[in-house]
Amino acid sequence: MIYLDYQATTPLAPEAREAMLPWLAGPDWNGGPGGFANPHSPHRAGRAAAAAVEVARDQVASLMPVGGRVIFTSGATEALNFAILGRKTRQIAVSNIEHAAVLDTVKGSGATVQPLAVGPDGVLDPAIRIAPGTDMVAVMQVNNEIGTIQPVDALAHAAHAAGALFLCDAVQGFGRIAAPAEADMIAVSAHKIHGPKGIGALWLRDGIELSPVMFGGGQEGGLRSGTLSPALCAGFGAVAALASERMEQDSAHVALLWAKARANTVLWQLNGSADARWLGNLNLRRDGLDVARLMSDCRTVAFSAGSACASGSGRPSHVLAALGLDPAAIKSSVRLGFGRYTTLREIEDACVLLNAAAAAQGV
Amino acid sequence: MTANSPLFDPIYLDHAATTPLLPAAREAMGVGFDVWANPSSPHGAGRAARAALEDARARVKAALGWQGEVIFTSGASEALALVIGCSIKPLSAVSAVEHEAVLRLSGDAVRLSCDSGGLLNEAEVARPGLVAVQHANNETGVIQPISELAAAVRGAGGVLLADCAQTAGKLALPDADLIAISAHKFGGPIGIGALLVRDWGLLQPGGGQERGYRGGTENLPGALGMAAALEAGRDWMAGAQHLRGKLDAAIVAGGGEVVAATSPRVSGHRIATIAAYSMPGMTATAQLIRFDGMGIAVSAGSACSSGSLKTSHVLQAMGYAGAGEVIRVSIGRETTEREVDRFAAAWTTLAQGRAAA
Repeated sequence: MIYLDYQATTPLAPEAREAMLPWLAGPDWNGGPGGFANPHSPHRAGRAAAAAVEVARDQVASLMPVGGRVIFTSGATEALNFAILGRKTRQIAVSNIEHAAVLDTVKGSGATVQPLAVGPDGVLDPAIRIAPGTDMVAVMQVNNEIGTIQPVDALAHAAHAAGALFLCDAVQGFGRIAAPAEADMIAVSAHKIHGPKGIGALWLRDGIELSPVMFGGGQEGGLRSGTLSPALCAGFGAVAALASERMEQDSAHVALLWAKARANTVLWQLNGSADARWLGNLNLRRDGLDVARLMSDCRTVAFSAGSACASGSGRPSHVLAALGLDPAAIKSSVRLGFGRYTTLREIEDACVLLNAAAAAQGV
Repeated sequence: MTANSPLFDPIYLDHAATTPLLPAAREAMGVGFDVWANPSSPHGAGRAARAALEDARARVKAALGWQGEVIFTSGASEALALVIGCSIKPLSAVSAVEHEAVLRLSGDAVRLSCDSGGLLNEAEVARPGLVAVQHANNETGVIQPISELAAAVRGAGGVLLADCAQTAGKLALPDADLIAISAHKFGGPIGIGALLVRDWGLLQPGGGQERGYRGGTENLPGALGMAAALEAGRDWMAGAQHLRGKLDAAIVAGGGEVVAATSPRVSGHRIATIAAYSMPGMTATAQLIRFDGMGIAVSAGSACSSGSLKTSHVLQAMGYAGAGEVIRVSIGRETTEREVDRFAAAWTTLAQGRAAA
């Protein structure tokens, strides 16, 4: 199987698994490195677990701007819910290509919403007007469906000028490109950067108040209750450290993969800007293409039509619609995602299969 | 800590905080790490992950003997927050001894008082709306008669939510309408729990992952680990009962007191895995430091509130006078007679030293 769905999730890095194992200790634990303790327990085993959580927190924080703190959550969805609901946001401006974790949360929050429309290239105008009275602006760094990179620093300045905070969903950019330096809150997820599922974080700039949305034992300084998993934290920390070390190397590799993929898909049209984008995302369309048939003809290639979350829902992509594509064009689009562990050979083989299957459809 | 040190042979008696991961659960997680695709992806790899997730869900239901629905969450705190936010019926009452995860969300809901044995009053519980009562208390081990309480609540047109974080995988599930569980309390991994729902009609409709009630990419290794831990069974509980009996006897013989040893109304109403012991004349903090120095992990109240120096709201609700001198000792599947004996001896020595001082 050729896995080209890096936006949905990424293969677990061997380094992450290795970092997690000592913290998945069982009854035979002899007091050596690792263990199974609750990091909130004050005894020795608990303190060792808490220390591992703090090491991981520093590793994740090293990819974040300075002057803030990392609060661990179960993932980016929870981090985004936490940021929006925890600020008791009343008036929010959001891009019209945000993930459902932002759009649905905003809808459910009762806040007044100002949609910020992207251009046909899938990028927001950095000079876009923020309505007066806005208390939060939420714009993602890299879009999960089309890979476009938003001018988040300029948008953060615009938000601040309007007296609003800037929340950035950096799930797809985290560990791959520099974090949004001007954001006030940043949501990230471990499994999108080769870490384990079940952990993410909200980075919170110092001085910004946030009310908890999950209550209980008062973990994470009272902001986010629930026992933290030292194993998941260690796995997340390990991949953050790895991403930090390999950022240039991974980017260079992804650029090669992109060039190869694009050279082998000349009959396909690119959705979204060719320049302002993360090169590990290739969203393509071909007029008249039946994507369901394409997927069934290319069973050895794992790719998607839009986000994993919306898959199977039958909902047409709101992101592609925001580019101004008509329903037919939206339905004939596919997303290829690749990264660190993808090989040039896999890209070549996948393109051969996709091109042959598309040709067989006569499109 | 030094491994293999002859001086250091740790005794872990803090299973109510978390439990060692069962080897079968670790193995299942390893399988889950290999099936790393997103269960919501439509391609073959995603469908394989989805199939594994649904298999885990079916196994969780079978192992628990639960006929209703299962929503995976990051743990019991999230399951409780989710149900309190999504329930069709608003929260109307909570027991005064609930975990903070419920109390902090309880708003104007009525606080149901308990007696000195920690038990609720059935007549007081009978209310419309959503009523939250934990199955076994995490500090004292006191078990509420959930099935009777549920009947009373239903009789009044209400719905019963039971926090079973401390009992799932140890006791049969009680007859509640909504149940919150956490895997790491029964030998599963930290970071996964579930909300059990008798009928979808009890919740407001939603849309997204987990039938729309819980967004976020599913934690498949966690779900598989949880299923494996539940399948390990609860035969060991009989042995735990015996060990707890020995502990209780040793504490009483050493001049201590077993909290909620008896209730004015029933006896034998505590789960075998959790006990609260008072050592008159020595603060819980002092006891903890001494035990920690001996390599014995116990706690003062819940792990979450440890170090906060807050008086236990549970002991307060029971009208217990010496709350500051109470520690929690919680045993698990792998606790041995030798460990219990060593702890009892250490406790007795400490209590005698305090008496001699």
